[in-house]
Amino acid sequence: MTWQIALPEICLGGAGLIILMVGVLSRRNAFTTATLLAIAAFIATGYLILAEAPGVGYAGLFVADAFARFMQLLVLAGAILALLLSLDYNKAAAIDRFEFPVLVLFSTLGMLVMISAGNMISLYLGLELQSLCIYVLAAFARDTRRSVEAGLKYFVLGALASGLLLYGISLVYGFSGGMDFAEIRAALTASPAPGLVIGIVFMVAGIAFKLSAAPFHMWTPDVYEGAPTSVTALLATAPKVAAIALLLRVLAEPFGHLLQSWQQLIILVSIVSMLWGAFAAIGQTNIKRLMAYSSIGHMGYALIGLATGTAAGIRGVMIYMVTYVFMSAGSFAIIIAMRRGRQPVERIADLTGLGRTDPALALALAVFMFSMAGIPPMAGFFGKLYVFLAAVQGGLWTLAVLGVLTSVVGAYYYLRVIKVMYFDAAGDALDKRSGVLSTVAFGAAAFTVFFAAFSQPIIGAAEAASRALLG
Amino acid sequence: MLITAVFWIFATILVVSAALVVSARNPVHSVLFLILCFFNAAGLFLLAGAEFLALILVVVYVGAVAVLFLFVVMMLDVNFTQLREGVQRYAPVGATIGVVLLAELLMTFGGVRVAPSLATLHVAPIAAQTSNTEALGLVLYTHYVLAFQLSGLVLLVAMIGAIVLTLRDKPRARRQSIARQTTREVGDTLLMVDVRPGQTMAELGIFRPLTTLPQAPALDLIGPTPPVSADDATGRGDAA
Repeated sequence: MTWQIALPEICLGGAGLIILMVGVLSRRNAFTTATLLAIAAFIATGYLILAEAPGVGYAGLFVADAFARFMQLLVLAGAILALLLSLDYNKAAAIDRFEFPVLVLFSTLGMLVMISAGNMISLYLGLELQSLCIYVLAAFARDTRRSVEAGLKYFVLGALASGLLLYGISLVYGFSGGMDFAEIRAALTASPAPGLVIGIVFMVAGIAFKLSAAPFHMWTPDVYEGAPTSVTALLATAPKVAAIALLLRVLAEPFGHLLQSWQQLIILVSIVSMLWGAFAAIGQTNIKRLMAYSSIGHMGYALIGLATGTAAGIRGVMIYMVTYVFMSAGSFAIIIAMRRGRQPVERIADLTGLGRTDPALALALAVFMFSMAGIPPMAGFFGKLYVFLAAVQGGLWTLAVLGVLTSVVGAYYYLRVIKVMYFDAAGDALDKRSGVLSTVAFGAAAFTVFFAAFSQPIIGAAEAASRALLG
Repeated sequence: MLITAVFWIFATILVVSAALVVSARNPVHSVLFLILCFFNAAGLFLLAGAEFLALILVVVYVGAVAVLFLFVVMMLDVNFTQLREGVQRYAPVGATIGVVLLAELLMTFGGVRVAPSLATLHVAPIAAQTSNTEALGLVLYTHYVLAFQLSGLVLLVAMIGAIVLTLRDKPRARRQSIARQTTREVGDTLLMVDVRPGQTMAELGIFRPLTTLPQAPALDLIGPTPPVSADDATGRGDAA
């Protein structure tokens, strides 16, 4: 047995157990130590992932290929950024307990397993490990009613989504006789039974819930708003990447030859998400809720690439996720920096006059908003460019046109934030921001602005990964 | 012949006790009948050759779930008369589910096949000479070791989550420190006092004011704590 194929994940799991023991045995508050150790573990895991040879192990349960490598590194980047943000936020919010980085670490481990899943069993276990940690993290500020409500809401709806996914898996198993992706693919003929299509629909619904794509997005605004902001920063980055990687792999590998059966579904989810993300965000006054609707819209754009079912489309999704992770993490760094008198403020109106009181931070937020609206030369533009390009090449004109139109609607509320910062009467200055927040915000802003300059290797890697996935 | 007789015994007790679960007035009796149900169902599994399922049914359902039910029934103040009030209203739902199950049963007996090709899809049949438990063990720790370990991690996370969300450290809680107990000496705890007639305890200083309570360390559960001796008490005693 080639057990070394999962060496990065095994090492990460071992590191999680060690950090847990460090936290339990330490006499002082071990939050900072545990967080730094977890970041070190993520970096080491990333190195191991880069070093490992592609292959299949554990009787098909675990797959390591170029696609898994690309998405896993992106998940690790998102988790590292979220942990860096938690260093500042959790201390300010008095939730600096060592279990936080431990749960983030196990959640990330679940995401890595999801991405590498080659079997329905490892798919489900990875998804549950990831979700269970995030349910707890969302309720981590247990003395705040909103946080507990967010955790409970996410848990109940997440359990429902898991049930849908399991039901779908059981139907697929019943009609194909296998749990392994390769077995399922071999067993399914070109004209699927109706029961099998129902199974696929249930599976897509379950994963779309984790992705917060409309119409399975109900939990997103409340959970984004109620959860501690460092958890929201995590929710908006790494799990999204893992869920979309899972969706790509499930639809491309076992059901890749049944494109007609699921294409309509993905197109529908994509259109609803884009419309809902664009129009429901207009009335929002809370910036965390705004980010929630924005993420629903972004998932809609990313799914355009999947709907094409071509290598170019999948490449587009992967590039989109790269740009999305960095601009989301940067935006949340700025949202965490929004504090007055050591109290966090979350209304968009609290940003008034930021252009004069803190020009650097305002510039960074403007960069992220321009990027999310898809204005060149920011990273977000290239993300949208590649998915729209794939849609046009694949003949899905409706999706491409709707995507451009909803982008215009979306630009309205992104630009409104910029208008509030630069053209409204100046309000009180925000508190002085900490070094780690500035690093994340300006680092992500630099990535977003200069994406075009170093995008070639990323696009090349995405291209190789998409070809590896479609095999 | 014998097997048929045993089957009928198990099946009869199973159905009767299942009926008693819903009809018993005392909820504790209901749970006990439920346990009887589980045992008989386990017996049926044994007859069918599924000895692993029988074991699991007894270990998990009787050992954990039913006992948990008993705890809930006996410890929590559940108003059962109030719970019974809805029976009339929910009866149609229950009847519908019963009809659906009956229809499924009839379809099974009638030999209806939704997808006839499925019979050919047995991917991993068990070798003839292996028992269920053996067959499961053979793959669980080899092919599926990754899944097995991941399930362990999921349970660990559930445990961490329960602790994170519910445990409240009480800094003033009194904790036992065995090291302190075994290292203290007679002089630390015993105090010889000459009591004059008419002297009160307060005058002697033999009481434990709140200030001399050992300050329980908040996070320091592992390391040795400095012995907070009864010095204060003896000091007061001397002064008196």
